[in-house]
Amino acid sequence: MSARLSRRETLFGGLCLCCLPNLARASEPFAMEEVGPGIFIRVGPHAEATPENDDAIANIGFVIGRDGVLVIESGGSLADGQRLRAEIRKRTDKPIRHVVLTHVHPDHCFGAAAFREDQPNFIGHHGLRPALEARGEYYRKRLEEILGADKAGEVVYPTQSVTGETEIDLGDRRLRLTAHGTAHTSCDLSMLETGSGLLFPADLLFVNRIPSLDGSLLGWLKEAETLKAVGAARAVPGHGPAVVALAPALADLTRYLSALRDETRKAIAADVPIEKAVASVARQERDQWILFDTYHGRNVTQAYKELEWE
Amino acid sequence: MKPILMLALGLTLSGAALAGPARAAGASDSETERQARWDEIARSIFGDRKIEATDTLIKVDAPARALDAALVPITLTMPEKDKIKGVHFVIDDNPSPYAAHFQFGPAADRGELKLRVRINNYTNVHAVAETTDGRLYEATKFVKASGGCSAPMGMSDEEAMRGMGDMKMKFGESQPGKPIEATLMIRHPNFSGMQMNQVTRDYTPARYIQKVSVTYGDKTIFDLDGDISIASNPVINFAFLPEGKGPIKVAASDNQGGRWEHSFNAPSPSN
Repeated sequence: MSARLSRRETLFGGLCLCCLPNLARASEPFAMEEVGPGIFIRVGPHAEATPENDDAIANIGFVIGRDGVLVIESGGSLADGQRLRAEIRKRTDKPIRHVVLTHVHPDHCFGAAAFREDQPNFIGHHGLRPALEARGEYYRKRLEEILGADKAGEVVYPTQSVTGETEIDLGDRRLRLTAHGTAHTSCDLSMLETGSGLLFPADLLFVNRIPSLDGSLLGWLKEAETLKAVGAARAVPGHGPAVVALAPALADLTRYLSALRDETRKAIAADVPIEKAVASVARQERDQWILFDTYHGRNVTQAYKELEWE
Repeated sequence: MKPILMLALGLTLSGAALAGPARAAGASDSETERQARWDEIARSIFGDRKIEATDTLIKVDAPARALDAALVPITLTMPEKDKIKGVHFVIDDNPSPYAAHFQFGPAADRGELKLRVRINNYTNVHAVAETTDGRLYEATKFVKASGGCSAPMGMSDEEAMRGMGDMKMKFGESQPGKPIEATLMIRHPNFSGMQMNQVTRDYTPARYIQKVSVTYGDKTIFDLDGDISIASNPVINFAFLPEGKGPIKVAASDNQGGRWEHSFNAPSPSN
């Protein structure tokens, strides 16, 4: 009961933050939270890209190691990436050696251009390049329409592609990157800080903000199991607080995705057409997630499209 | 209204997220402009034939705002079904507006059709019913959507073409003497020709289902002429009269010479 209450509080807290028009504005302080020694995270608000927020809506950050800096999530726009870079430079002069692009969505990878001058490894899932080839320009144009050309940024392709697993050595700390099967998108990459066991599942884990389905529902449920099996206690979600306990957060995500799967299957079996299913499937989840009304109907559409061929 | 965009989600540019007038093509057009566009399209399809407005012969249901501009469910209802010979569906502001033409045959129950379309702009959609006495009646609805035709698929072209031509058919309940509802699903990317590969700067050539013929025994249920505005993996709901004999056959062909045929056993009425 108390856990439920605290989730509600978090939820409403999140909503209130969303309503503050100035949140994450360029002129506002760019608050970095140190979630582990040398690991800094900027929490993104549960909002959509607007001219005011520069698409700075995802959780982004960096890890400072002995030999250099690794950026985990580049930011949602050139402007967002530039501010992240400035935060790094406030704390260290070490070279920025790696920029991890966790997937194709603009709120995670459009800050990459801010790090070009550092000539880092831009690291992505092997599926990231084709995904950017298909959609990058399309995203750029739309981002430009909202933020303006000077702030939007450009498409940056990964220079290092990950299949299976790979490790990045920063001298005194190692980071293990895992390329996942199609789940949230076709190119999800997660990262584990092996020393502390802190997991960075990126958008494979949404907390409080409704998950958005853009890959495969069944695949995501499978990859949620993979993440659970990592055995990490704490994680930095792609959206949500800077750090959460992994198990309960994954349980919430899995509950939503399972309801989406089971009820969409049921709707298909009962010949409930797609336009009715979007209004009836998994409505009980409505109070559990911020931005539910914006994304849920589309999630059902995606689920229906995936499952109707089973 | 403030321009916002569902970038966190990615590809989808739902109407809800693209409410900004600066961004949504067609959002600021006046009624006069919309009417002029429709008049021009109607003339190109129907020539000088008169099209009357109707509240009774055909109704069009579509979401006021599309959840997914690349998959907008449309329901066409024809309450006086025996008067209907065919149905035309037009998305006025799509690059290729004439989305579909259904022509019913003797085995059709003409009460309802459902299809899924792409919608590229804020637009009127028009359903035009053609009656057996050769007259035309129109119904319209305004839909807010954006980018449905140009939105890249969430996968590579090769992947999108996997299983091309596979089909499924699902049947509703069958009762003696009552029309049977059916859902036809066809695997086909229905490339619009507007989806670009950023690196090669090439557009994936349009490859879309052009003709679908559905027959029951030796009688036609419907013939469909399709276009790029039909969503990928086309799904069509229709109904047919149960008196036919033999399987339900579907023949589909696309504009690049692909041709596929499948046959399905129609359910026999249970007593």
